[in-house]
Amino acid sequence: MNLEKVVFGFFIVMAMTLNFGYFIGDLTDVTQHNVYELYAAIVVNLIATVLKFGDRTQVGALHLATSLVADLQLIVGAIVLAYAVHVGVGITPSTVASVVSLSGGALLANVVSVVLLIIETSQLRR
Amino acid sequence: MNSALFLALRRMRAPLIVLIVAYAVSILGMVLIPGVDGQGMPWRVSFFHAFYFVSYTATTIGFGEIPYAFTDAQRMWVTATIYITVVAWFYALGKILQIMQDPAFQHVLAAGRLRRAVKGLREPFFLVCGYGETGSELVEAFDHRGVRAVVIDMNAARVGEADLADLLLDVPALVGDVRAPDTLVLAGLQHRRCVGLVALTNDDQANLAVAATARLLRPDLPVVCRCESEHTAKSMAAFGVHQVIDPFALFGVHLATALRKPGHFLLREWLTAAPDELLREPLFPPTGRWVLCGFGRFGTRMAKGLELVGNTVTVIDSDPAVAAARGLLCGQGTEREILEQAGIRDAVGLIAGTADDVTNLSIVQIGRQIRPDLFLVARQNQRRNGMLFEAAGPTVTVQPSMVVVHECLAYLMSPLLGRFLASVADQPNEWANELIARIAAVMEERVPESWAIRLDAHEAPAIVEALASRTLTLAVLLADPQRRSEDLPVVPLAIERGDGLIVLPGPDAALERGDRLLFCGRGRGRRKQFLTIADANVLRYVATGQDVPGGWIWSRFARSGEA
Repeated sequence: MNLEKVVFGFFIVMAMTLNFGYFIGDLTDVTQHNVYELYAAIVVNLIATVLKFGDRTQVGALHLATSLVADLQLIVGAIVLAYAVHVGVGITPSTVASVVSLSGGALLANVVSVVLLIIETSQLRR
Repeated sequence: MNSALFLALRRMRAPLIVLIVAYAVSILGMVLIPGVDGQGMPWRVSFFHAFYFVSYTATTIGFGEIPYAFTDAQRMWVTATIYITVVAWFYALGKILQIMQDPAFQHVLAAGRLRRAVKGLREPFFLVCGYGETGSELVEAFDHRGVRAVVIDMNAARVGEADLADLLLDVPALVGDVRAPDTLVLAGLQHRRCVGLVALTNDDQANLAVAATARLLRPDLPVVCRCESEHTAKSMAAFGVHQVIDPFALFGVHLATALRKPGHFLLREWLTAAPDELLREPLFPPTGRWVLCGFGRFGTRMAKGLELVGNTVTVIDSDPAVAAARGLLCGQGTEREILEQAGIRDAVGLIAGTADDVTNLSIVQIGRQIRPDLFLVARQNQRRNGMLFEAAGPTVTVQPSMVVVHECLAYLMSPLLGRFLASVADQPNEWANELIARIAAVMEERVPESWAIRLDAHEAPAIVEALASRTLTLAVLLADPQRRSEDLPVVPLAIERGDGLIVLPGPDAALERGDRLLFCGRGRGRRKQFLTIADANVLRYVATGQDVPGGWIWSRFARSGEA
């Protein structure tokens, strides 16, 4: 067992689970999507991205790409939310819907990332 | 993708994670701790405001407590936040600066720059390994002729000199070990436009490694190597290196030629000189007894060269061990009594051949004081002492690095010239004198230029087209394309046809497609020749004397007039 692998796997899976936790629930109901969970998802996703830096293999490049996609989707979601609350008209069902669907896109990217991790690991342990 | 970026990203992992965690903890704390608004009502900082606040606090910009004054609980947390985030930022910035200055990172960046510079080269270029005395002279000579070069040297200071050198063309330079094939490939060994490789490092083994790499990876590439040991020279020959140059042996051979066949020596000097040099007076070294100071690499070969043509040599060496072992006189050569003892009074010449320039200069001075009529040869080791030697004025100054440069230029810029000189080495001295007289007749006081023309569709389209239907003789290339009754100031030296070489062809020699012609003469003649070989109408005028109009309408008129 390798501590580095544990940490790496932990953050990648955690990024996905947090993202899933925020995403699940009624699409337009703001009470079912906790903003703290979105915050945690963003932070863990960013850390997962940085952990993937510097791997020059093909799989490594794909790993990094999925993480960057997830970051982008989540951060755009957070900006939409912040704009609605502080600048716009406040939280409406349509705002909630766009933020949650953006996080849904990020979830897909995170799932790909986890699948890649599993494939990589299964190739390692013959 | 750029490997420098990957290297930087990998090193940045730890500081970036520290920064993200510091921000995350600070922001979360700000959001969780309750505050009050302007009216004293309970108020929570939102994520947006917390991010805003932490961003300006962490970067030490510090706008203050926005939007409402903080409670004491918030201020406690902010105090902790400031220390966490500011320290995290300094750590990250320090790491970035450290990566920037890291030699490995710098090397990766430099290699990337060189790769781009070499990739962007559109003209033919030479790869020069070793940028010492000889290498820098050679690159400068290339620069004068408008030829590009790429330089590799193991020494970073020398590569820095290449960047600062006063050259017209940009010379991409890399710090690297030439013994590593990667380095050579990076510098463009396999580049389509790389037309030659020169290995001039001080280390024979390194030169051999360069030669081996080049011969194996680019068998078609001309390779010139400097080499001072016979053993390594043999290994180089085994790899098929085209030209192995031993500067000291080469000068020994030159000197022997100068003594035995002054005509050949002068011919060679003229044809391999840098353009715009003044024609040198022929040297006539006397035969008899010579005094030689310094019995190192240079001295041994000089002695051999002199003895080969019937001179006797008295040697003085400063190393007592060497002197005792070989029965030589021991001394610097700067002592009057030692020179007297060596018989300077009845010698014909004195050679100052030590590895130290100041010693050589003083030997020349003392020699002249004793006998003003001596033939004085001085070895100049360092380029920067050039003006001292000029002022001291020995009869001949030998600069081993320049000997190598001349040889490289003769071989690389015009391989046909090297072949020509080798093939005429056996001709008698009178033959060379006759040729010198012919060349001198077309030149004024400058040395001749020499150039080669290949009769192919690319270089000489008009000639190739005309040869398809009729025969042409060399005379068309010797007549002035503006007035065919006048001769151009050029001398044809040789025609290379397949493996054969026709030396000094006459004007009635037939031309064939694929021939390579070697000329020497004035630059004006060369430029006018280009008119003849490239333009079909000019060629027709030179060959037949008819000035035929070129355009379609005018050629029709001319034809109807004939009919």
